[in-house]
Amino acid sequence: MANLTLVQAINLALIQEMERDERVLILGEDVGLNGGVFRVTEGLHKRFGDKRVVDTPLAESGIIGASIGLAMAGLRPIPEIQFEGFLGPAYDQICSHAARMRTRTRGAMTVPLTIRIPVGGGIHAPELHSDSPETIYIHQPGIKVVMPSSPYDAKGLLISAIRDPDPVMFFEPKRIYRAFREEVPEDEYTLPLGKARVVCEGNEMTIVSWGASVVQCMQAIERGGRSIELIDLRTLYPFDMDAVEASVKKTGRCVIVHEAPKTCGFGAEIAARIMERCFLYLESPVQRVAGFDTIMPYYKLELDYMPDADRIARAIEETAAY
Amino acid sequence: MPIKSAFTTTIDHVSILDVNANFDEKLGAGLIPDADLVRLYEHMCVCRHLDEVAFKLQRSGRMGTFPQNMGQEATSMGAAYALDKTDWLVPCYRENAGLFWRGLPMEMILLHWMGDERGNAIPRELYCMPLAIPIGTQMLHATGLAWASKYRGEKRLACTFFGDGATSEGDFHEAMNFAANLDIPVIFFCQNNFWAISVPGKIQCSAPTVAQRAVAYGMDTIQCDGNDIFAVVYCVRKAASLAREKGRPFFIEAVTYRLGDHTTADDARRYRDQAEVDAWKTRDPILRIRKFLTTRGLWDDAKEAALAERAQRDVSSAVERAESIAPPNRDDFFNNMFATIPPDLALQRDTMQTHGIGQDPSQIEGAVIELPAKTSH
Repeated sequence: MANLTLVQAINLALIQEMERDERVLILGEDVGLNGGVFRVTEGLHKRFGDKRVVDTPLAESGIIGASIGLAMAGLRPIPEIQFEGFLGPAYDQICSHAARMRTRTRGAMTVPLTIRIPVGGGIHAPELHSDSPETIYIHQPGIKVVMPSSPYDAKGLLISAIRDPDPVMFFEPKRIYRAFREEVPEDEYTLPLGKARVVCEGNEMTIVSWGASVVQCMQAIERGGRSIELIDLRTLYPFDMDAVEASVKKTGRCVIVHEAPKTCGFGAEIAARIMERCFLYLESPVQRVAGFDTIMPYYKLELDYMPDADRIARAIEETAAY
Repeated sequence: MPIKSAFTTTIDHVSILDVNANFDEKLGAGLIPDADLVRLYEHMCVCRHLDEVAFKLQRSGRMGTFPQNMGQEATSMGAAYALDKTDWLVPCYRENAGLFWRGLPMEMILLHWMGDERGNAIPRELYCMPLAIPIGTQMLHATGLAWASKYRGEKRLACTFFGDGATSEGDFHEAMNFAANLDIPVIFFCQNNFWAISVPGKIQCSAPTVAQRAVAYGMDTIQCDGNDIFAVVYCVRKAASLAREKGRPFFIEAVTYRLGDHTTADDARRYRDQAEVDAWKTRDPILRIRKFLTTRGLWDDAKEAALAERAQRDVSSAVERAESIAPPNRDDFFNNMFATIPPDLALQRDTMQTHGIGQDPSQIEGAVIELPAKTSH
């Protein structure tokens, strides 16, 4: 076991998968000699050389499009998009090709690639370095979407993503890249995609969240004296509705927390599923504490935009009072 | 049949004031009047000082990430000088010198990097677009801006700036193709500074010149020493006259160098040799103008000392203006989303809540809510 940050846990997962499987290669902007702008690929270029850790031209569509080709040829590319705000040019390749190759060829061609993307706000970054666009890709059929909230989960989920036979977008919440450390086994291990984690158990209310917001939820829960069950979805597609259902049937109340804008945020889907599955168990309407339906403000105001423990605590109390 | 040549071309390189301040009289005479050159020099020095101050502001936590412009001042400065004041400047984010020359107050650039959108509220009459953060996207806007001039029968052209890395992006190629095929008067100004963060230019372009890319689009092009303000002015004037007279686009590759890190979040020592940086320091665009002005009797130590004092004064008052601005109102990020705010968004703004009960507490009327102690960020 080692006490690792999320960055270090991901770095370790990458090293182990590259050692285990020579089909695995990393490509992207500044991932080589520089070790990535967040140092996630630190040391990999030195260790595996420039055949397997490749600095590409500055072109996100190129990075993903070429990765699709590499994957269809039987390799296991791990492209990095430097910030979520730069996914735009890659959208076409992700949604028009990676997502639909298996079905349009009826399984003759598959795209086993894992796209790594730092995501979210809270680090005083410039514009387009702080967004939360995960819903766009959850909504796109054919893509698996993962967002860990802890070093342990990050390592196990990333290894699963790399070994998955289909395209996975692996969002890394940059706010917690180095925010805390956690014991992470040095041996390789996998965590199943599509399984949530019950962060803490409770019977008064369920909170569903993912990514860096999980930390804000914990702060809110620790502040109040209520018995709250916190579910970290970890994988956003496919998502663990069974875990949410079991919890909400137990507690009767649910608050969903995410950094992305409220409207059509993934919370909307969860709330609708709870309506479908738990209607008669509900004691109060499902609530969403989310980013506002605005462009993420520049960093002077970013903390006013992002759900924090205060907003979550208020939603908890008001939902309990309903 | 013998194989014939289908097409051949050459790429001209322009250098007028070289590293040692040797001056090509034939090309350079009358290009920049002495008084203007003094002003340009002073301006570049102020811009350089701003760079140094901004770096310290970031390091002391008074500003967020900042991309230094050091070493590239002659490019955008020369372009802004050579163009009309009503030509569009469509920057990337390393064109402070040109934007300041046009009249953009320094505190606006500082505000932008201090995480404040008010830094982008550029007065319309300056004809400057806000900084473009996603690489290689703004050249299409320049194409549209210039297209609008053509549409209206105006002579206003657009000059867009970008680095060598940006020429790898698809949007760059689309902009070039649009402008060339639809006859749109855009100047594509590539600041080839050899580094896209840590990735060297050879990963972006295998051809000996970036300028060659224009040839493929049937666009006129030229390469110049980007650290030579005379060469920059020469090329931009040539481009501007073609754009204005023939309505054609033009591509300039200005060979320069990013003397600093990519931004304050970067550490270039990780990926490039100090010897390379040191070699480029001798080619600093500011040094050679000073040498040139000095040999012509237009500059001396006393003037240099006075300039240093002025630079300090100008930059510290810009910093003061940027730092003394009232904190932004959080309503602003709601109110500026649309011309008219939709009711649902207004509700979010007025309650600062997204959860339904928070937006409509009448749902729990009569309930006593005890909130746990607040935290402040």
